[in-house]
Amino acid sequence: MQEPAITPDIIAAHGLSPDEYQRILEIIGREPTFTELGIFSAMWNEHCSYKSSKKWLRTLPTDGPQVICGPGENAGVIDIGDGQAVVFKMESHNHPSYIEPYQGAATGVGGILRDVFTMGARPIAAMNALSFGAVDHPKTRQLVHGVVEGIGGYGNCFGVPTVGGEVRFHPAYNGNCLVNAFAAGLADADKIFYSAASGVGMPVVYLGAKTGRDGVGGATMASAEFDDAIEEKRPTVQVGDPFTEKRLMEACMELMQTGAVISIQDMGAAGLTCSAVEMGDKGGLGIQLNLDHVPQREDAMSAYEMMLSESQERMLMVLNPELEAEARAVFEKWDLDFAIVGETIPEDRFLIIHGNEVMADLPLSKLSSTAPEYDRPWVETPAAAEMEPVAGVDPIDGLRALIGSPNYAAKQWVYEQYDHMVMADTVRAPGLGAGVTRVHGTEKALAFTSDVTPRYVKANPFEGGKQAVAEAYRNITATGALPLATTDNLNFGNPEKPEIMGQFVGAIKGIGAAVAALDVPIVSGNVSLYNETDGQGILPTPTIGAVGLLDNVADLIGGTARDGHVAVLVGETTGHLGQSALLYEVFSREDGDAPHVDLEAEKRNGDFIRANRGLIDMCSDLSDGGLALAAFEMAEASGVGVTLDAGDTPTLFGEDQARYLIACSFDKAEALMVAAGQAGVSITTVGRFGGEKVRMGGSEAPLAELSATYRTAFAEKLG
Amino acid sequence: MKAAVIVFPGSNCDRDLAVAFRKAGFQVDMVWHKDQGLPEGVDIVGIPGGFSFGDYLRCGAIAGQSPVMKGVAAHVERGGYALGICNGFQVLCETGLLPGALMRNAGLKFICRMQTLSVETTNSVFTQNYDKGQQIDIPLAHHDGNYVIGAEGLAALKAEDRIAFRYVGNPNGAIDDIAGVLSENRRVLGMMPHPERVIDANHGGTDGWAMFTGLTQALVAA
Repeated sequence: MQEPAITPDIIAAHGLSPDEYQRILEIIGREPTFTELGIFSAMWNEHCSYKSSKKWLRTLPTDGPQVICGPGENAGVIDIGDGQAVVFKMESHNHPSYIEPYQGAATGVGGILRDVFTMGARPIAAMNALSFGAVDHPKTRQLVHGVVEGIGGYGNCFGVPTVGGEVRFHPAYNGNCLVNAFAAGLADADKIFYSAASGVGMPVVYLGAKTGRDGVGGATMASAEFDDAIEEKRPTVQVGDPFTEKRLMEACMELMQTGAVISIQDMGAAGLTCSAVEMGDKGGLGIQLNLDHVPQREDAMSAYEMMLSESQERMLMVLNPELEAEARAVFEKWDLDFAIVGETIPEDRFLIIHGNEVMADLPLSKLSSTAPEYDRPWVETPAAAEMEPVAGVDPIDGLRALIGSPNYAAKQWVYEQYDHMVMADTVRAPGLGAGVTRVHGTEKALAFTSDVTPRYVKANPFEGGKQAVAEAYRNITATGALPLATTDNLNFGNPEKPEIMGQFVGAIKGIGAAVAALDVPIVSGNVSLYNETDGQGILPTPTIGAVGLLDNVADLIGGTARDGHVAVLVGETTGHLGQSALLYEVFSREDGDAPHVDLEAEKRNGDFIRANRGLIDMCSDLSDGGLALAAFEMAEASGVGVTLDAGDTPTLFGEDQARYLIACSFDKAEALMVAAGQAGVSITTVGRFGGEKVRMGGSEAPLAELSATYRTAFAEKLG
Repeated sequence: MKAAVIVFPGSNCDRDLAVAFRKAGFQVDMVWHKDQGLPEGVDIVGIPGGFSFGDYLRCGAIAGQSPVMKGVAAHVERGGYALGICNGFQVLCETGLLPGALMRNAGLKFICRMQTLSVETTNSVFTQNYDKGQQIDIPLAHHDGNYVIGAEGLAALKAEDRIAFRYVGNPNGAIDDIAGVLSENRRVLGMMPHPERVIDANHGGTDGWAMFTGLTQALVAA
């Protein structure tokens, strides 16, 4: 087959800079073929190579006694005792979701599920963190509908409960929505599967769905800024098939039981190329592929197209040849393709054969190890200017502004489109704080949350990075669980701009400081850069996903507030209004510094909540909207009124960190006071639950009326 | 007491249903859809929720043609019990073992939430442990739960007291608020809500449990 000649235009169209092309020439000592150029572009784009971020990602704490496998594999693995492990990761599918929301979001879910079951873990929980443009932007409603339906369409059919997530709106996402998908799976700690190939002459097997032309060039797209020509990129978005994914998962689970799998890797970004190189590189082996044997969905596909296709629901495996018949039988049972497409070879080569012609012959180890790595120039984000004074608001008016905004209104319009109960182990459904699921067949339970406050990160990347981790830690803690580890999904603008790179560096430093202090190492993650349209970057959005463990589900803080309960606030209040939700929703202001995070206080207060969970009926972390919003949400979920003594704006709406609101009986509150005194934890009674009204200071409104606003605002504006 | 849970490639509530049967004292066999028949001695067949073949075609249409469904039909003809939940209800309608059909929800969205039902008849092994008119909370999770049936069929269901459950507050447009129906011999129940998801306190409700205890009592007595 005649391939196009390599020209400067073709090189540029592959997202390779002239310097990077020079590097290719030096490595292989000749001009690459078209297929080889495609392979290099796939391996060296930002999405696959982390070339702008690697230097900084290395600084993150990734280790601890609870960590079985940190970053670098398909997903992170942590120990949850009794020989069991949780495998989890979060990954973005931002660019595809903006171009084709349903399929973009659906395949984002599919990709992250595959990352988890590739390692031998059955997915047991999913979450999604979504950021959209302004509520009234003409494109927003369509994106929200498409993304939510796509997530539901894929996850519901696959059969994994979606137990949590976030949805936010801000004009900075008008041209770049964010879709960050999280998945966690359960495995036996001694039966984790990795990607490193081993043994020479071992068959390389292609599993799953057939290869088509969808997604060719997708990873390159994900590494470029958007402009008006965006519509032309639609053909690079893949199409998801959750039914095939479900079968692929079940088949892989059965296959792994047979002992036939030496190593396995899902085909995600840049499909066959990345997966084969990864397996060879980690195992110190070469790989030879004969593309004539690749199951194909379309006619006359070229080597280039097959190597770069991002068709979904595919896996690559190195097989123990003695068990080929058993392995093949499993895939035939599930009506999936099983094809031997190559073998491991001793020399350092990535050899691609198609139609008896060598289409690519590259030094395999060089493809990833010599990928460019940049120390991009960056500038520190300047300190926030002194804040203008904030006028006091009537507390109920302030609360109405928050709960009437889709940012803080109840999100049931979203999560009721997701099956959050399949597998029948969901103990706490989405809606308030972390989702909780039982570990099937045990007394243990896992808590899941995803958090970040992009306004904070923009104002102060370091404190904002810390805050994202701290909020995740608090949300897990508020269920009574011990936070074990985290995954990070770092969404930023163009890293070639020093101020954007400065946001990235600051946020990483903050995240690093917080995960070290709170002992929640980062075990997996994903970086999404170039989230810009026509030069306008998104708010820096480093989403943190966290997993926590309850040794016994009976320890869950899962009750409700009841008439006569005391409202007890843990943590110190100074009334920090900079970058607050109130400031944004009521005054349309985004000024001031982010609240600073005292990591020692976070740890101390978190430990206090866990140690005293038996005294706590209901607990919520304080974040956006401060005391007022947390108290309202607890009252609303419990169907009981609340009275807060304070009436001043900073006390009610300030967003100081390291705080929790507790509902419990008077006697238990007294016991908590004593325990707090001994632990050096700041604690104070701020009001009580009861009646049918929400009262703050001298202002009040019926709970039922506020509840109606809270429950309908999202659908009214976006449904 | 023996239950068989049918497993289609896209079933995803098969384990949940098996857990509920086991908890109620059944020995449970998982039966693959390509099997030609049911194991010996099966008292009740469970057809679980999920997306049997992806539901890209009409829900349950392909599953209705699976080899194992011949065995299920024979079991029902012999007077055996069968319970189809969600996708299982769709499959039972597709095979003609229950009347009517399930169309896309009137709101066109997938719905997953707790739903209040009214128990319309206690004259079945599935509903004997509830009270007539009792309101129970059972979760929904479906995109195609909008039950439809012709006028004559509906009249027959009513006349023969075969409407097992009605929705209190119709979530999906189902005709006459119907959430579940019984066969003529009252031994086959199809329903959209998921009783197997509310059988222990950690589920946030236990209103589904009485269905499984009802089955156990009936089969022990038999």
